Amino acid sequence: MDNIYIKNVKMLKINNLHAGIEDNEILKGINLEVNAGEVHAIMGPNGSGKSTLAAVIAGKEEYEITKGKVVLDGEDLEDASPEERAHKGVFLSFQYPVEIPGVSVTNFIKTAINETRKAKGLEDMPANEMLKLLREKSESLEIDRKFLSRSLNVGFSGGEKKRNEIFQMAMLEPKLAILDETDSGLDIDALRIVANGVNKLKSKDNAIIVITHYQRLLDYIVPDFVHVLHEGKIVKSGDKELAHELEEKGYDWIKQEAAV
Amino acid sequence: MDLKDKLVSSFMAFENNVDVEHPVHDIRSEAIKNFEEKGFPTKKEEAWKYTSLKSLQKVDFSIFPKEVNALEYKDVKKFFLHEIDTYKIVFIDGIYSSFLSETTHDGVDICLMSAALSKPMYKQVIDVYFNKIASKDESLTTLNTAFSREGAYIYIPKNKMPKKPIEILHFSTGNEASLMLQPRSLIVVEENAELQVIERHQSLTTNEVLTNAVTEIFAAENAIVDYYKVQNDSKTASLIDNTYINQKSKSVVKVHTFSFGGKLTRNNLNFFQNGEYIDSTMKGVTILGYKQHVDHHTLVHHIEPNCESHQDYKGIYGENSTGVFNGKIIVDKIAQKTNAFQQNNNILISDKATINTKPQLEIFADDVKCSHGCTIGQLDEDALFYLQSRGIPKKEARALLMYAFANNVLESVRIPELKSRIKKLIAEKLGVSLGFDL
Repeated sequence: MDNIYIKNVKMLKINNLHAGIEDNEILKGINLEVNAGEVHAIMGPNGSGKSTLAAVIAGKEEYEITKGKVVLDGEDLEDASPEERAHKGVFLSFQYPVEIPGVSVTNFIKTAINETRKAKGLEDMPANEMLKLLREKSESLEIDRKFLSRSLNVGFSGGEKKRNEIFQMAMLEPKLAILDETDSGLDIDALRIVANGVNKLKSKDNAIIVITHYQRLLDYIVPDFVHVLHEGKIVKSGDKELAHELEEKGYDWIKQEAAV
Repeated sequence: MDLKDKLVSSFMAFENNVDVEHPVHDIRSEAIKNFEEKGFPTKKEEAWKYTSLKSLQKVDFSIFPKEVNALEYKDVKKFFLHEIDTYKIVFIDGIYSSFLSETTHDGVDICLMSAALSKPMYKQVIDVYFNKIASKDESLTTLNTAFSREGAYIYIPKNKMPKKPIEILHFSTGNEASLMLQPRSLIVVEENAELQVIERHQSLTTNEVLTNAVTEIFAAENAIVDYYKVQNDSKTASLIDNTYINQKSKSVVKVHTFSFGGKLTRNNLNFFQNGEYIDSTMKGVTILGYKQHVDHHTLVHHIEPNCESHQDYKGIYGENSTGVFNGKIIVDKIAQKTNAFQQNNNILISDKATINTKPQLEIFADDVKCSHGCTIGQLDEDALFYLQSRGIPKKEARALLMYAFANNVLESVRIPELKSRIKKLIAEKLGVSLGFDL
C-alpha cells in the first residue's frame, strides 16, 4: 500500500511548526512544502526566525518543538538527531562555521562522508575515489589545494568560510541543502563563485532552501518560490518577483500587511 | 608505623649501601633531617590545599625492592617510542636495567646517576650541579635528596647534540605488594648544546606504586632543551614529580606534560631564569576520568631582565576526576621587560568532575607584560551541532572538539612520532576512532 503513495510524498513538509528556546517561542506556526528539484528562498527582516527555522530543520537540540512537525520523505524527524538528519540527506550551510584547530578540511570531510556511509551500512570510501572527488569538487569551486590541508575554518576569511561550506555541501551531495545567510560577508566575486557552486549541485532530485536577508544572492541562485518570514510566520509567498519587490520596498509593507 | 617514620628509620639501612664518604652523602644527611622535621605536606599548607597525601601515607610501601625483576622487551615495547631510534635509560622497580637500556659515552654522557655518584670522572660535574637548584627545604624534594642514588645522568658538552632523543623509563613490576620509588636525575646541557628527552613512569600491575621523583636540569647559554613527560600510568600508581630547571642567557627550555592517567599525580615544575633573553615554555594536556587526580604546580622565577615565559595548560575532566592548576610567576624588581604569559583552560565533561585553577602573580618590576587567563567550561554546543550536522555522531564530534581544544599544546611537540603517539593516546583516552590519526 505504502508504495502507491511514495510518489506523492513531498520531500519536506513543515506543518504548523511552533518552536523556541525555553519559554521563548520563535517559530509560531510555519507551513512550508518543498519538492525535489525546487529552490525556495526564505527572506525576512532580522529576528524574524529565519536562522531558527534552519536550525530546527537540521535538528539543533536546544530548540524545542512545541507543536507541529517537520517531515522529510514522509518521515517525522522529531526524534532524529542532527547526525541522523545529515545521514538522511539534510545539509545546513552555517552562517558562522566553527573553527576546529588541528583537523584539516580534508580529514573533516573524509570523516563526515565516511560516518554517513557507515550509518548506511557502507564501507569507507576508497582513498583514491575520495581523492578524485576532492580534486574535482575543489576545482569547480576554485579552491586551492593548499586550502584543503589547513585546519578547518581556522584563520579563514569570511569568504573562505562560506566557500568551504559549499565545498562540504558539494562533497556530501545532500538531498536537502539549507543555506543560512551564505551571502553575508561575501564580496561580489566570492558571491558569484559560491552561487555557481550551488547551481552546479542543483538537480531534479534535490532541493535547496536559501535563507537570506537581501535579494542579491537570488540574482545568482534563482528561486522557484520566495517566502517572507515575519515574527515566526510565513506571511507571504510568491515567485522570484516578490524578492525584487522586497528589495525595492523593504520589509515594512509586509509588516503592515501582516498586522492587518 | 606510618610512612614518614618508616622512611626516616630506613635511612640507616640505606647508608649501608652507599658511599658515606662521598660529599653527596653530607647533602643526603642534611636532607633527611629536613624531611624528619617537616614530614609530608598536609592540606593545611596553601600549596597542598587541593591534594591530599594522607591515604598514600597509610600504605605500607616497600622502600627498597627486595629482588631484581627482569622484563622482556617485547612485553614493554609499547611504552617505548619504538617507531624511532632512541637512547634509553630504563629502570625496573628502581633498579637500572642494562638489558633494556641503550646508553652512550660517545661525546655525550647518557648514563646513570649511580655511576655518576661513584666514578671520579664525574665528580666535578656532581660537585658543581648536584642539588644546586633543587629545593633544600621543600619536604618531598629533600626526601628524594636523602635517598638519592639512582636515576638518569645526562651531560651534554658544549656545542653537542645527541644523535637521537633520550627516553627515560621507570617500570614497576608489582614484585612488591606496594613500592615507593625515588628516582633522582641530573641533566646538564652546556653552551649551544641541545637535548630532547621523553620521560615516562609506568606501572605494569595493579599493585600500588608511589614515585617521588626529582630531576634537576641545567641549561647553559644558548642551550635548547625539549622535555616531554608522558603520564599515562595505571589507576594504582601515584607520582610526585619535582622538576627544577635552571636557565642561563638565551637558552630555550620547553617542558610538555601529558597527564592521561595515574591515581594521584602532582607535578611541581620550577623554572629559574638566571640570565637574559631566556625562553621558558610549559605546556600540558590533562585528560582524566575515574577518580583520578592531577595537580600542576608551576613556578617561573624571572630573575633577570628581557626574558619570556609561556604557559599553556589544557584540561579535560570527566567522571569523578579532579584537577588543580596553580601557576606562580615571580618577576623580580630588576627583571624589567619580562614577558610572562599564562593560560589555563578547562572543560568539565561530567557534573562530578572538579578543577581548581589559580594564577599567582608576584610582580615587583614595573615594565613588564604579564597576562593570565583561566577558563572553565563545557563543550561548545554550537560547535557540537556543526559537527553533528555534517553526519559526525555525537560521541565522535565531542572527541574531535576536545582534540581541537588540546591541539595548541601539541603543535610545539618537535618529535613527529611522539606527536602522533600522543594523538593516539588522546583518541584512546576519548574512546573514539575517527578513521584518521587525530
